[in-house]
Amino acid sequence: MTESGTVIEPTAVTEPGAVIETRGLTKRYRGGQLAVDGLDLSVPGGSIFGFLGPNGSGKTTTIRMLMGLIEATSGSAQLLGHPVPGAARTVLPQVGALIEGPALYGFLSGRDNLLRYDSADPTADPRTRRARVGQALDRVGLAAAAGKKARAYSLGMKQRLGLAAALLQPRRLLVLDEPTNGLDPQGMREIRALVRELAADGTTVFLSSHLLDEIEQVCTHAAVMARGRLITQGPVAELAAGARGRLAVTTPDPGEAVRVLAELGITGITVDGDRVSAEAPPGDVELADLSAALVHAGVRLRSFGVQRASLEDAFVALTGEGFDVAG
Amino acid sequence: MLQAEAAVAGSGRAPSPLWTFGILRSELTTTLRRWRTLALLGVLAAVPVLIGIAVRIETNDGSSPGQGGGEGGPAFLSQVTNNGLFLVFAALAVTLPVFLPMAVGVVAGDSVAGEASAGTLRYLLVAPAGRTRLLLTKYASVLVFCLVATLVVALSALAVGALLFPVGEVTTISGTRIGFGEGLLRAGLIAVVVAASLTGFAAVGLFVSTLTGSGIAAMAATVGLLITVQIVDGIPQLSALHPYLFPHYWMSYADLLRAPVYWDEVVKNLGLQGLYAVVFGSAAWARFTAKDITA
Repeated sequence: MTESGTVIEPTAVTEPGAVIETRGLTKRYRGGQLAVDGLDLSVPGGSIFGFLGPNGSGKTTTIRMLMGLIEATSGSAQLLGHPVPGAARTVLPQVGALIEGPALYGFLSGRDNLLRYDSADPTADPRTRRARVGQALDRVGLAAAAGKKARAYSLGMKQRLGLAAALLQPRRLLVLDEPTNGLDPQGMREIRALVRELAADGTTVFLSSHLLDEIEQVCTHAAVMARGRLITQGPVAELAAGARGRLAVTTPDPGEAVRVLAELGITGITVDGDRVSAEAPPGDVELADLSAALVHAGVRLRSFGVQRASLEDAFVALTGEGFDVAG
Repeated sequence: MLQAEAAVAGSGRAPSPLWTFGILRSELTTTLRRWRTLALLGVLAAVPVLIGIAVRIETNDGSSPGQGGGEGGPAFLSQVTNNGLFLVFAALAVTLPVFLPMAVGVVAGDSVAGEASAGTLRYLLVAPAGRTRLLLTKYASVLVFCLVATLVVALSALAVGALLFPVGEVTTISGTRIGFGEGLLRAGLIAVVVAASLTGFAAVGLFVSTLTGSGIAAMAATVGLLITVQIVDGIPQLSALHPYLFPHYWMSYADLLRAPVYWDEVVKNLGLQGLYAVVFGSAAWARFTAKDITA
């Protein structure tokens, strides 16, 4: 995993402090189900923030509370320094959102859908509405299909139109809930490029996903949720560093390799055919010494190295469980 | 805060208070351009055509309509052959109990619930449309639909009446005669009063619409409520309730055809509609502004 090279460091950080800040945010639905439990989330300005968790972990409920769509049972939330839902009318024009997939008027064309969403914003100038809609359509590559009825759109086109609605105005914050759902690999790449481009312009992007590698590819920061609780949050590099990597050895002499490694104090050794894997040694152990010791003992090596921990390893280490739907 | 200033500068001038009406315009064009709305209006426009043709065929032998079958038939029908203008009053009398309110019930019931079931409600609210503003817009557009629907019936009836029957001086219910011009004015006034008669029911529909996330359920519940109230209004044993039922004074618009005009029941009707609009409008507002939007 050398993907860290593609992570864009925030170069245009213009937001002072946190763009999203919650304190003990809690939502208990009427049935008594606790969807979000005492969430303390802090999203730094200028970041691409990955909001990660299995389906049903409370991500969408959190986003709906941030957008003022549902009322928190307790706790508070601030968006761009203003309390929500109290100051929602002031703040939301500066926030673009894609929540739980796009929702469109099937009987309207793509362009008319955007005109309608734009006219719902009382701070949007009606004289420049058509130009704004045209730009947004261009930006997501839908200009050619703008006249088609939205019900004839494919899932990917609907997703693009939803994104276009979020991009009607210059935004300080973009909240994208599972933005690559339903997109083909090419569409996913385009969305990632768009997200990076927006972040480079100084927009904070809050990206929820259940796809770990998606988060790992674009995000500078991440938070992990499970069963309504925040498990961890911080820069992606730190989160992944929290989990120790794995020592991986490929050899035709696995038995001998295990013996040598165990003598050297390496733990967690497992063997699978010609692959020997173990917990990475502590930082003060020189890897070259390990390989020298193996070779010295007559172990033939095909490959030898430490695999960097992925976010998934970090997640498993944090939760002690797989990345499955919460029951 | 540099970013904020850049964003504001990018959008040009400071927002004007008039921009807030953009959503009303969008709502009206969206509602009136829908196929469903056009189909409803088409059915309403067809009713006077049917009545006109039926009366014309039945009276080809020179008799008055309805006399062969004895008593009954909608009000004003017997006068249509003498004066085509009466087709306007007859058509309103036929459509007011069921067709007109049913069309209004469909549009009002679907207004909020339809957006909720399509998921578009959440995007309107994060735009941000504002809940009170959105609800007022919805009610305003339903009221416009009430007026448009009534006018469609009236204008279709006027056209058919003028085409199939002679037009001229109008004999009022009181027996006096007024000129055709004044008759037209009365017809216009009656159309407006009939449209106003529907405002209370429109508020009921809007309230029902905030209760559910399913457009179909809201439409069915609203129309079902209409039928129930109509039935209750027709049961003499429940007459104590009748003055409080929204359709009870609907037919009072006929009093505008008296000379001089008899206003009592018309005013009662409008007062009752206002009361319904306030009560159910407030209930809709209380419900909608506190609702969790999970669809």
